[in-house]
Amino acid sequence: MVEYFIAFVVGGLICVVGQLLMDIFKLTPAHVTSSFVVAGAALDGFGLYDKLIQFAGAGATVPITSFGHSLLHGAMAEAEEHGFIGIAMGIFQLTSAGISSAILFGFIVAVLFKPKG
Amino acid sequence: MGKNELSPEQQAYKEKIKPLQPTPPYFVNCLKAFLIGGLICAIGQGITNFYITFFNFTEKTAGNPTVATLILVASLLTGIGVYDKLGQFAGAGSIVPVTGFANAVTSAALEHKSEGLVLGVATNLFKLAGAVIVFGAVAAYIIGMIRYLFQMVL
Repeated sequence: MVEYFIAFVVGGLICVVGQLLMDIFKLTPAHVTSSFVVAGAALDGFGLYDKLIQFAGAGATVPITSFGHSLLHGAMAEAEEHGFIGIAMGIFQLTSAGISSAILFGFIVAVLFKPKG
Repeated sequence: MGKNELSPEQQAYKEKIKPLQPTPPYFVNCLKAFLIGGLICAIGQGITNFYITFFNFTEKTAGNPTVATLILVASLLTGIGVYDKLGQFAGAGSIVPVTGFANAVTSAALEHKSEGLVLGVATNLFKLAGAVIVFGAVAAYIIGMIRYLFQMVL
């Protein structure tokens, strides 16, 4: 039960940061999510994001910051094997599930449903 | 930065209308974002535990199917129009989690459905969410290079 609570609090706090960026600095949602992805990659560059995931579980993997973290993680894993070229090969390796399912489900839903409002 | 520089008149106008613009209710907005965003993450934790218990994923690998499941649910909720209502209530609480990414993809595709499957749905799929992928890939590429260089030097 504790892990649910920690996931709730950490995930919620990350969303609060996003809300403050939108309200105070008048950023659009696209700007907020883009900055969060870059922030996630940057934090992972210093090895910090893994610690956050270890602590918060889904509270750190569900927010979009984890997308940046996975991009860098995949790139670094391939770079270990193939050097510089590996960065290009591995960048979408871990995020493949997210991107491909977003394409698949987004397409299917758009075909099946009628636009609302 | 020429585009963002304001002439003195524009600056004066901006100052003049400032007290007339509604200030967003910061605290209430943050509370809503916290509650909904936290709830989505707690649900994600439940899905993660489900994959760990029943499909032999480890804590490290369970993130992928969790994200895919949340994207499926969010796409469906966008299709029936529920997610956009949630978004109006929760603000960043529905945008920051990965479900917001799915919502951006699906809603952009739905919106342009009338223009056809190829030119409407397919070309607009990443209209909003593309920014996330572009900035993520560029940032990861640059940071990856820097880290790799450091590893080689040290």
